[in-house]
Amino acid sequence: MKDGIVLTMRGICKRFPGVMALDRVDFTLRKGEIHALMGENGAGKSTLIKVLTGVYAKDAGEIHVDGVDEAISIRSPQEAQSYGISTVYQEISLCPNLTVAENMFIGRTEGKTVNWKAMEKRAGELLDSLGIPARPRQQLSSCSLAVQQMVAIARAVDTDCKVLILDEPTSSLDDKEVAMLFRLMRDLKERGVGIIFVTHFLEQVYEVSNRITVLRNGNLVGEFEVDKLPQVQLVAMMIGRELQNLSVIKKESGAASALREVRYEAKQLSSTESRPFDFYIGKGEVNGFTGLLGSGRSESVRAIFGADPVTGGEVTMDGKKIRVAKPLDAMKNGIAYLPEDRKRDGIIAELSVRDNIILALQVLRGMGHPISRAKAEEFADEYIEALGIKTASSDTPIGSLSGGNQQKVILARWLLTHPKYLILDEPTRGIDVGTKTEIQRLVLKLAEEGMSVTFISSEIEEMLRTCSRLIVMRDRNIVGQLTGDELTQSHVMHTIAGGGGDNE
Amino acid sequence: MEEKGKLRRREPITDTQLLMTITICIFVGMYALAILIWGGGFKKPQMLFDMLNDNAYLIIISCGLTIVMITGSIDISVGGVTALVAMVGVMILNGNLHLFDGIIAAWGLSESFRIVFALLMSLLIGLAFGFVQGYLIAHLEIQPFIITLAGMFFARGMITIISVDPQKGPQALMDILQKRIEMPWLGSPNKKGVIIPARMEIGVVIALVLVVLVYLLLRKTRLGRSFYAVGGNRQSALMLGINVRHSRFMAHLLCGLLSGIAGFVFMMHTGAGNATNATAAEMNAIASSIIGGTLLTGGVGNVIGTFFGVLTLSTIKSIVTTSGLRDPWWQSITTGAMLCFFILLQSVVLMRKNRGKK
Repeated sequence: MKDGIVLTMRGICKRFPGVMALDRVDFTLRKGEIHALMGENGAGKSTLIKVLTGVYAKDAGEIHVDGVDEAISIRSPQEAQSYGISTVYQEISLCPNLTVAENMFIGRTEGKTVNWKAMEKRAGELLDSLGIPARPRQQLSSCSLAVQQMVAIARAVDTDCKVLILDEPTSSLDDKEVAMLFRLMRDLKERGVGIIFVTHFLEQVYEVSNRITVLRNGNLVGEFEVDKLPQVQLVAMMIGRELQNLSVIKKESGAASALREVRYEAKQLSSTESRPFDFYIGKGEVNGFTGLLGSGRSESVRAIFGADPVTGGEVTMDGKKIRVAKPLDAMKNGIAYLPEDRKRDGIIAELSVRDNIILALQVLRGMGHPISRAKAEEFADEYIEALGIKTASSDTPIGSLSGGNQQKVILARWLLTHPKYLILDEPTRGIDVGTKTEIQRLVLKLAEEGMSVTFISSEIEEMLRTCSRLIVMRDRNIVGQLTGDELTQSHVMHTIAGGGGDNE
Repeated sequence: MEEKGKLRRREPITDTQLLMTITICIFVGMYALAILIWGGGFKKPQMLFDMLNDNAYLIIISCGLTIVMITGSIDISVGGVTALVAMVGVMILNGNLHLFDGIIAAWGLSESFRIVFALLMSLLIGLAFGFVQGYLIAHLEIQPFIITLAGMFFARGMITIISVDPQKGPQALMDILQKRIEMPWLGSPNKKGVIIPARMEIGVVIALVLVVLVYLLLRKTRLGRSFYAVGGNRQSALMLGINVRHSRFMAHLLCGLLSGIAGFVFMMHTGAGNATNATAAEMNAIASSIIGGTLLTGGVGNVIGTFFGVLTLSTIKSIVTTSGLRDPWWQSITTGAMLCFFILLQSVVLMRKNRGKK
């Protein structure tokens, strides 16, 4: 192995039933560098990390680490650690009820007894040397999330680690905390630790890392020096279009949207998960939030629906001021929301298709006014017919339906409440192409009938085809609104990539 | 300890320490109040020793329960096991179990060896319950509540099967077991002015020793700390390299063993075998642990707190009785109210302490 290289992965393949999650991916990590691993959802980032940490077994390929002559096979996180590969996950895997010192040493000390004095002394030294603002005897839960993360890093570093994997470490930190974490990362870099930095935040990548490896659909796109890769090109590589190949898909009039009557308007709306933003939608308009994963697009629509605790802002519906603090308020004002995570927030798998369909309407009517069995049958049959839901009967448990059909049932649930404003968050994810177009067509038809629809999708083409106005988000802020002629792939990508891409 | 005082302002204390401190303060405050208002009985040290004598077995059970609760588990078989052990013990002393009579006759042992056999059987039964329940819970991952509920029914059922009549241990042996440690310097005068020395049973000594041992186990050993880690976050504990199954198994094994010892101590105290022995002891033990600052959700707790939890509970009962409410339901009602109050206090205190932290 060449000097200065701590880790090489060559030709890594990993197959899951029906998908090639990793297809001959190479990855090289040098001593003392921060190496960003980038890619959209499903690109294979986490699969690669899991192969490296022994959570998944690779199907093909070789892994070499510094100091071992032969190719190694890693079968468990413990084994990975013995080769000097440590991981700090996004979800902090420490015990909140123990002290900082204990969290750093528990599970890796010899002997049957605990020497508190020695442990706390050693922890104190380590925390000081890394500049982590925590005290050894403090209970972990009394530290901020950023500090907890840093304690996890300190634990990993103390195990003589050569490769440190940070999986989305900044996703729940604020700016000050991110700065603190970056200081620690740079410090570790100086000490010669190779850091793999997995994140969605473009600006953070450019701020702290030396090199970027981009994955897309399980394939390696390439490895680049940060200085030589403009942001817009990075975005293009992640989303998957070379800039020169971009074709204009839609050139419909977007000017009409400006003339529409406003249906819903939010001023400086914010929730616990999203920063304050302004937003409006007209009657019969289809607009959409776009941006990379983690840019805050879902959090914004969740704030509109009151799905996360709302912390401020003014909201009007058809010119009347309304208060949306929780989903029920939104529903009563004619707002419907189809959540991103269908399995978790959408379906109730054990209930029948019929019960799933009438759920929202029943909630709106209140528990004192049950929908009769006959009425429920009628509603269910009507929408099964209208949306073409493929199910044996309305009695079938929804869990046994395919993803696309489950999605249609949830859609039916909301349409039954006759909403004025429908929010669809990733309605087409993980469903077949046929159903995808059907849903897109349905969205346009509903808009024609006067319903306002906000649409979110990871696939830009899909958004361009359906939306007349796109709101672009980056790093949790709205950075642009695109209408009319601006609705092209290249425009969207430039806006997502931000100023960094314009000056090349 | 002096270091702790010095650093208190800078070093936020842990949840475990905070809840324990609250319990001790409340106990001391309550007892002081009882002395002020009702004086008399509460002023005599013997009142405190009576509480300890009556509750020695409960202290031991509660220690075991605190261990399993720290790991985020529960054991409601403890009362049943205690009663079963007490019954078997008395039967050995009385010569109702012929196996032991045979051994004693064959080896020519003296009658007092019956006590040794009773103790051995106590440990054995306790360990057996702990082993089976621990295995099912830790390795087969069955709900602890269900398993130990079954254990409770099993133990209570066994008592009714093996017991012949309500039993009383033979006087000679009971005299040995019920020997009391007399402390004249803590004595108080009776109505005739004669100083009656304070008396403490051997069981109390056993209980106090066990409290210290369990405290050291939880504080100083790797196994003890792993109980906290497992109760704090099981998934994290696994990622931190802790053998979660082993920890959970050991917690239940220890709890079983402690219930066995508690049964022996119970027998020493009452000298009687009765199918209704130690009724609802598991509920009192859970209540004591909670009052002592152990969280049902796991990861937080301490046996010193639990010890004071038992004393607090029994002080409440004494106060109720002393204030003239002799009907037994008053005790239940006050206990219930106090338990509610404690849990509310705990969550309010923890919420305020950890406010603003995600």
